[in-house]
Amino acid sequence: MDRNKWIVLVTGLITGMVAVVLVKMGNPQNMGFCIACFERDIAGALGLHRADVVQYMRPEILGLVLGALITSLFTREFKTRGGSATLVRFIMGVFMMIGALVFLGCPLRDVLRMAGGDYNAVVGLFGFIAGVASGVFFLKKGFNLGRAQASHSQVGGFVIPALITFFLVLLVLKTVFNPTAGGPLFFSKTGPGSMHAALWLSLGAGLLVGFLAQRSRLCFSGGIRDLILVKDSTLLLGFIGVFAGALVLNLALGFFKAGFAFQPIAHTQHIWNFLGLYLVGITGTLLGGCPLRQLILSGQGDMDAGAVVVGMIVGAAFSHNFVLASSAMTKAASGAITSYGGPGLYGQIACVAGIVIMFVIGFMFREE
Amino acid sequence: MEKLDVRGLSCPIPVIRTKKLIDQGCTEILIIGDSAPAKENVSRLAKSSGYQMQFITDEKDNWELEIKK
Repeated sequence: MDRNKWIVLVTGLITGMVAVVLVKMGNPQNMGFCIACFERDIAGALGLHRADVVQYMRPEILGLVLGALITSLFTREFKTRGGSATLVRFIMGVFMMIGALVFLGCPLRDVLRMAGGDYNAVVGLFGFIAGVASGVFFLKKGFNLGRAQASHSQVGGFVIPALITFFLVLLVLKTVFNPTAGGPLFFSKTGPGSMHAALWLSLGAGLLVGFLAQRSRLCFSGGIRDLILVKDSTLLLGFIGVFAGALVLNLALGFFKAGFAFQPIAHTQHIWNFLGLYLVGITGTLLGGCPLRQLILSGQGDMDAGAVVVGMIVGAAFSHNFVLASSAMTKAASGAITSYGGPGLYGQIACVAGIVIMFVIGFMFREE
Repeated sequence: MEKLDVRGLSCPIPVIRTKKLIDQGCTEILIIGDSAPAKENVSRLAKSSGYQMQFITDEKDNWELEIKK
């Protein structure tokens, strides 16, 4: 196995293990890392939505961007570029988040959920693979969002890292602008948003994975895409690494619990687990990278990826304000089912609409 | 020699464009790019397709790769 493959595999293994350590240290179960969930928590922390159980300025996300920034500055890969159908990418980011919140996780969390024994995530994986395959279909037909241009000024590439740094300062200093209503940052008192590892641990984990992901180009849609497109398994090793690393620690720490019902922050509606990640798969493939990859790129000067990240945060706000996000399957103390969870009618409509819109974009942006 | 400009194209379009030329039977291709991942991906494809590689320019954000069979 060549050096590249080892780097991707080791990145995956470390990412999977770090994720379980974060759960042990306080993060929600099977959610050591989740790009979509954490960007959603950030949308909540900024008061962009009012779901008070999912509000926290997740240091993992801040660390991922800053880790990619620092690494790319050292390796001289940082380069401000943009202008490849930026607004379209923003909208695609919105829908990528809607899909992720119908499933309840990004592709990274899908792997972590599988490594925790959540069979619903396997259904999601099938949807994700189908979505990526659909994206590859359009790519083969000549799909292209257009060329990005290098900018004459490096300033644009620092916008996302600067925003992230500002959020980190607010978080560290516990800044309060409004003593009566709270803010600028809001924090959940109950629910997943209230569950988190210590700030410095989360930030350190983000920086480490940000460094590794920048070097290895870890990408979940890319892993499946390259296998379908050119029979190249390099990026897929990252996928396998995350699964193996998280599985080993989940078993060792007693977090592994196999089954469909009552998995942590998950629902059992197979069609929506499938279609939610289908939407993420096709969108990620058309964008050139999964939510994690977009975040890493946004840290190394890619303004188009930055637009996707902002789109995802806005998409999270829409998802909760418009009741598009799924709810989890829950039970009462007696063990009786209190809710089967899954998306409501509007979430179902938004998910299907998102898929239709990706097909339209896929057809309309053919070059040849 | 075929010339292929993949500058500014999102992943994996540089690979798709290169593969298309390879599948058409081109034996000599000059590929010009401006991102490190594109360089790595195109190199991997050329190698696995049995092409010999020679970099004319080899910088992170500016590279020219000649592949021959």
